[in-house]
Amino acid sequence: MRFENLFRRLDESRMTPEAKQALEDSGFGASRRDLLKSAGALVVGFAAAGASVTKLAAQSPINPTGLVDATKVDSWVSIAADESITIYSGKCEFGQGFSTVQLQLAAEELFVPMSRVKLIFCDTGYTPDQGVTSGSQSHIAEFGPGGLRQALDTARDAMLQLAAQWFDTTADQLTIANGVISLKSDPTQNLSYGQIVQGERFNLVLNSAAIPKDPHTYTVLGTSVPRVDIPAKATGQFQYVQNVRVPGMLHGRPVRPPAIGAKVLNVDKSSVAGMPGNPQVVVVKDFVGVVADTQWHAVQAAAALNVTWSAGTPLPDQASFYTWLTQQASADSLTLDSGDTATIISGAAKSFSAQYLHPYQMHAAMASSCAVADIRGGTGPKAYGRIWSATQGVYPQRDSVALLLGIPNANIRVIFVEGSGCYGLNGNDSVSYDAALMSQAVGKPVRVQWQRKDENVMGENYGAPYVINLQAGVDANGTLVGWNYEAWTASRGNRPNATTPGNILTGFLAGYPSPVPTPAKATQPTSYSNNGNSICNYLAGSVAGKPAAGTGTVNSGKVLTHSVASPFFTGPLRSPARLQNTFANECFMDEIAASLGQDPIQYRLRHLTDPRLIAVINAAQQASLWDTRPSPKSQIPFGAVSGRGMSCVLYEGNNGYSALVANVTVDLNTGIVTVTKLTASVESGPVSNPDGMINQTEGGILQSLSRCLMEQVNWNSSQGIITSTDWNRYPVVQWGRPIPQMKTIVINNPNVSQTGAGELGITLTPSAIGNAIFDALGVRLRQIPYTPASVLAAIASKK
Amino acid sequence: MAVYSVTVNGVKTSLTADDPNTPLLYLLQEQLQLMGPKYGCGLGQCGACTVLANGQPIRSCITAVADVAGMTLLSIEGLGTTANPHPLQQAFISQQAMQCGYCLSGPMLYGKAFIDANPGATADQINAALGQTQLICRCNSYPRMLHALALYAQGKTA
Repeated sequence: MRFENLFRRLDESRMTPEAKQALEDSGFGASRRDLLKSAGALVVGFAAAGASVTKLAAQSPINPTGLVDATKVDSWVSIAADESITIYSGKCEFGQGFSTVQLQLAAEELFVPMSRVKLIFCDTGYTPDQGVTSGSQSHIAEFGPGGLRQALDTARDAMLQLAAQWFDTTADQLTIANGVISLKSDPTQNLSYGQIVQGERFNLVLNSAAIPKDPHTYTVLGTSVPRVDIPAKATGQFQYVQNVRVPGMLHGRPVRPPAIGAKVLNVDKSSVAGMPGNPQVVVVKDFVGVVADTQWHAVQAAAALNVTWSAGTPLPDQASFYTWLTQQASADSLTLDSGDTATIISGAAKSFSAQYLHPYQMHAAMASSCAVADIRGGTGPKAYGRIWSATQGVYPQRDSVALLLGIPNANIRVIFVEGSGCYGLNGNDSVSYDAALMSQAVGKPVRVQWQRKDENVMGENYGAPYVINLQAGVDANGTLVGWNYEAWTASRGNRPNATTPGNILTGFLAGYPSPVPTPAKATQPTSYSNNGNSICNYLAGSVAGKPAAGTGTVNSGKVLTHSVASPFFTGPLRSPARLQNTFANECFMDEIAASLGQDPIQYRLRHLTDPRLIAVINAAQQASLWDTRPSPKSQIPFGAVSGRGMSCVLYEGNNGYSALVANVTVDLNTGIVTVTKLTASVESGPVSNPDGMINQTEGGILQSLSRCLMEQVNWNSSQGIITSTDWNRYPVVQWGRPIPQMKTIVINNPNVSQTGAGELGITLTPSAIGNAIFDALGVRLRQIPYTPASVLAAIASKK
Repeated sequence: MAVYSVTVNGVKTSLTADDPNTPLLYLLQEQLQLMGPKYGCGLGQCGACTVLANGQPIRSCITAVADVAGMTLLSIEGLGTTANPHPLQQAFISQQAMQCGYCLSGPMLYGKAFIDANPGATADQINAALGQTQLICRCNSYPRMLHALALYAQGKTA
């Protein structure tokens, strides 16, 4: 359904220049009016539900600010006279299946077949601004207050009210089936949605009191509806952003600094003069790009362009990086502080301490990032343009590009087109900047697709490194009495927004600062938030004297995080901070249980209060046929040894619940870890699409397996360069590796609100596998990745 | 400007290039508007650009156009359509065997080439065969894809 949308825009760009200019002058390209017209909805419509139907004067749906009023039903849903339904959403599809879920939601709440619903998402000026699609937040946003579900319910209730007026009855005497409202007493008396709405607007504000369908009665949601995007993907017909073509389009490639922090001293444009494809060189401060007629010509010109760069900035030595991290000035934050933790741990019957290390990692998307931009009129209030981008946030990109290009944001339209899986803030925004800068400079549409090294070498914002020091104390009964967490992490930049293009590489190269933490002392927290999962599962979580909001029993706890300036750009990488923190917390809990001779699951359960967390642990325990006993397993120390480990989390402290059991074998001679079985349980409220949830959970778990066994960004400090330039230098799991047996238990909980599931499994894998390795070997690996060399070193340390 | 005759997805056509070393992928994208083969790394390390050349999988991102002159090329859009998918594609659809789907040219075409030469191959044999080259799925949909390939090897689609 997105193809029509895209092709329509491509058709639009084939208009005569005069017609096109007129259209552009009216606002920013094709108007929302046209879109609504194509969906059948014209202006007019309903007054408040229950009042008489009033025809209103037509009003332009185009908002000159390029904003869409998300408080209005018409911004979310339109119903055409031919019964077709169009929904508008600010949440994108990345292959996680959320477009299918949104169609299921519309079908469910409106009592229509899914095939009748068309979905348009993530297009500035046309769809509601819902920020970014990320962080397991899409279910919360669309099923929660002010989201798509509320708009659908408001629309449905308004149609019921109108039908009630027509039949001179009350809504409770009516029933809906298949988009037709009929009298319960006489089903021959009926009106279809199309007849009621007559292609007009609702003119209603979202009603926060509108009652959603009870999840216990779901018939479309809660079923494994096949994903709507898969047939086209399987047959090579799917239009990815990499496939967007605009007539007259040229091809650009960036030319990046050879070292981090290097500045342009000179660009010798004559070095590409006369090369095929008429290459044009674009320079904006330290941003350099080459535009040519074809991809190959652009690639060759980019390689040939002679740029003189200054030396880069010094990088910390990688071998001692974790120590370096703990020695920098830092911005400190306290997430929890009961005030007594040091005293309680020092006075405990037994105390424990350990340090966990996690490297920078990459999103390393399958596709190198790509975008197409068509910027016309240079800069200033009369310039305008469009960008086709796989960004997670079309509005933040639009607003930041506006600043970058010096064009009012209302004149820029950012159209989301799916790329490959991004897993967070990868290069999709930076490549959009690249395309926009080059298109602005040459006055023609420009498509940019990065080469692999452009992606790997600072093109994306890496997942952050962590050093995590943990201490805990237990009483004479072995019960935890205090838990102290102190971590160091590093950041530079983040997601771009209206004022911070420098949060990503291209904006920084074009002259905008890349923010780093400002050193500051921590202040006491005033409310409980475990958004980063730095507070372990076992703490009660009482903050500022308020009732405990955590999932555990332990009253004494302190959680302190130091953020330092990162030498590299950082940003959200699937389960940011939560994966690293859960790796440390859940491995440390395992250490304590082992030291006390306790079964890891039983010992966890002893310190948990949250019934939903306990339920997922029990489910994973049963499904994995968990072998209840202390770790490590007694082993004969030769050949291959096996072990099992577990981990659990309440994601972000208030999102979905999950537990994971990993079974591994470790080859004592080679140090190779083979994960043989992964058993997960997930619970995030009412399930929308069980198969989709399993697919995403298992993909996340296996991606995390790759991350914890293989992945780390490497650099050469003396040369100031990233050395993880390609798939051979940033190896990940690929075809041919043994594939673990996978099992995922989906727990449907229709009694609570929807929460997210996209990052549950991935959060748990490093700790579950680490704990299984300990169970197998009897030695603890506390640094990611668990490479064969580190496994062999651990085995040697035991002897 | 040289002209290279090729048959692509059953259609005789030609590709033109001023440089015989122009990577085939760029020309398939720019001159024939193919969407199946995709640029992932440009280094032959990931497989997203795979096409069959005279039945054998090649990496179109690192294959010079001059080297495929006269050959018969097949991309995943040449296998089947959404209305009439190839049995292998139908197996991927029935198993919902992908997330983003960007990598599919690799496992589908290497898988097809191997299975067609080795009917009845087991899942382990297929995985080992695909492991003989370098193929990546960053969404890590390996279990479902392997199951879909194994179904195809058994002559099934679901």
